[in-house]
Amino acid sequence: MGDFKELERIAKDIRKDILIMLNKAKSGHSGGSLSIVDILVALYFGGIMNYDPKNPSWEDRDRLVLSKGHACPALYATLARAGFFERKLLWSLRRLGSPLQGHPDANKLNGIDASTGSLGNGITQAVGMALAAKVLKKRYKVFCIMGDGELQEGVVWEAFMAAAHYKLSNLIVIVDYNGLQIDGAVTNVMNINPLKDKLEAFGFKTHEIGGHVYKNLIDTLITAKRNVISPTAIIARTVKGYGVSFMANRVEYHGIPPTDDELEKALKELDNGV
Amino acid sequence: MEYKATRDGYGDALVELGKIDEKVVVLDADLSGSTKSAKFNKSFSNRFFNMGIAEANMAGVAAGMALCGLKPYASSFAVFITGRAFEIVRQSIGYQNLHVVLCGSHSGISVGEDGGSHQAIADIAVMRALPNMKVIVPADYNETVLAVKATLNMDGPVYIRTSRAKSPVFIEKSKFELGRFDLLKNGNDAVIFACGMMSYIALEVSELLEKDGKHIAVVNASSIKPIDEELTLRLAKQTGRVFTVEEHSVIGGLGGAICEFLAGNYPVRVERIGLNDVFGQSGTKEDLFCSYGFTKEAIAERILKGLNG
Repeated sequence: MGDFKELERIAKDIRKDILIMLNKAKSGHSGGSLSIVDILVALYFGGIMNYDPKNPSWEDRDRLVLSKGHACPALYATLARAGFFERKLLWSLRRLGSPLQGHPDANKLNGIDASTGSLGNGITQAVGMALAAKVLKKRYKVFCIMGDGELQEGVVWEAFMAAAHYKLSNLIVIVDYNGLQIDGAVTNVMNINPLKDKLEAFGFKTHEIGGHVYKNLIDTLITAKRNVISPTAIIARTVKGYGVSFMANRVEYHGIPPTDDELEKALKELDNGV
Repeated sequence: MEYKATRDGYGDALVELGKIDEKVVVLDADLSGSTKSAKFNKSFSNRFFNMGIAEANMAGVAAGMALCGLKPYASSFAVFITGRAFEIVRQSIGYQNLHVVLCGSHSGISVGEDGGSHQAIADIAVMRALPNMKVIVPADYNETVLAVKATLNMDGPVYIRTSRAKSPVFIEKSKFELGRFDLLKNGNDAVIFACGMMSYIALEVSELLEKDGKHIAVVNASSIKPIDEELTLRLAKQTGRVFTVEEHSVIGGLGGAICEFLAGNYPVRVERIGLNDVFGQSGTKEDLFCSYGFTKEAIAERILKGLNG
């Protein structure tokens, strides 16, 4: 442990793919996609998740539910890198007939474990998947990436309550805590804090970590996988638009793709490691 | 005549399905005694999940279970499972075309004293409007058992509507087929398409009208989506006069389905009998049926007026 250069290189390529995809589509969510890249890279390339791109519906695979479905460009680019489909498919994002829908569609694209997008719906499905493992006596884990603003949806807390009630230790929720939502700062729009206290009160073993630091991410995810007592929540502190200076922490880039000029500038920045 | 509630048919059929298929799991939202899913819990407690008073999460959990190969049956009062949970039913069950069976019990005004807040009168309409969703309203206990058992091998989502009130057990067929209506009685002067407990009442209406020399065909239209297009068309042509009777709003339910089909295929006069775009209220089932025109006498009178007018 300690040398995460390879993961950082993959993350940089994925960020570049995201920006190119969004620029070509001329629509989509930049900020929230860039903020979860390191989480996805840790899961898919850090030895955390069991999956087989040649057999995407393998029943013993670990599941990933992207409850904040609008960040799917990051997941699409990750899945392409992981070998689920050809990278050139990325450039069809949001086009008519493309399996890369504006929000993830499990019926259209290999590697997507649940259709999501309407906030709060992903976590309910993740709870169902984790509960199903108990019935089917399977050992798979269910990872669910949620947005911090998403936690304002009431059904999220219904799902958390059920996860603790049924002691779903195979459920690992990762909150992409970037602090921003469409209308502004989460604390201004509708404060979700004190989040750690709330999650713990709801029965989750909760960790708070830096969401762009591979050592943190991987150590915590390994700890979470070993938890057999309760569901785990990881509050990953991230930066919306991470990796591109002019997008970072800018709420305007929530749902806006880069222009051609911005793309050129952003790709240069990523290559030079600003 | 034996009287039983369709909700009991749901509970009894679940137990049979539990024996047939280990993938069957049942969820409820703190109403398992009322929806009768508690019967399954008694036999298969390891495959029964009470999700608490949280219908929306229950719908999403059922979707997640279906994604992992289980066959979930989720029940609550019809007003909640199609209302409170609607958005998740749409996004996670309907949109993904997952095989989840939703059962809404305590439908219509026959639920009685709890009043308008608890009477589902638009559930058929909202479920019918969802792509992939199939909608079944069984006529009695027997048909409910057959229909619930038939859902095991259907693809995609299904909505089954049951009732709390006991009603006559009169269906004698051996299987339920999606997209098939049953012609309970033939006649050339008019046809009544009915569903739920109104199917038996429609038969009684037809008998009453015999005395006035009117020969009315009666159809048990339990498969509301898809409907039986062939039989609907044949009877519309045969009688030239169509009535629909349902314990639901006249907007978007069985009557809506028949009208939509006939308008495009054989435009003929259709009169929809149901709740006339109003909510219900508290009262006994009998008082409510009198007050909203659901008795056999009231329906017969309307049909006679319609035929003579």
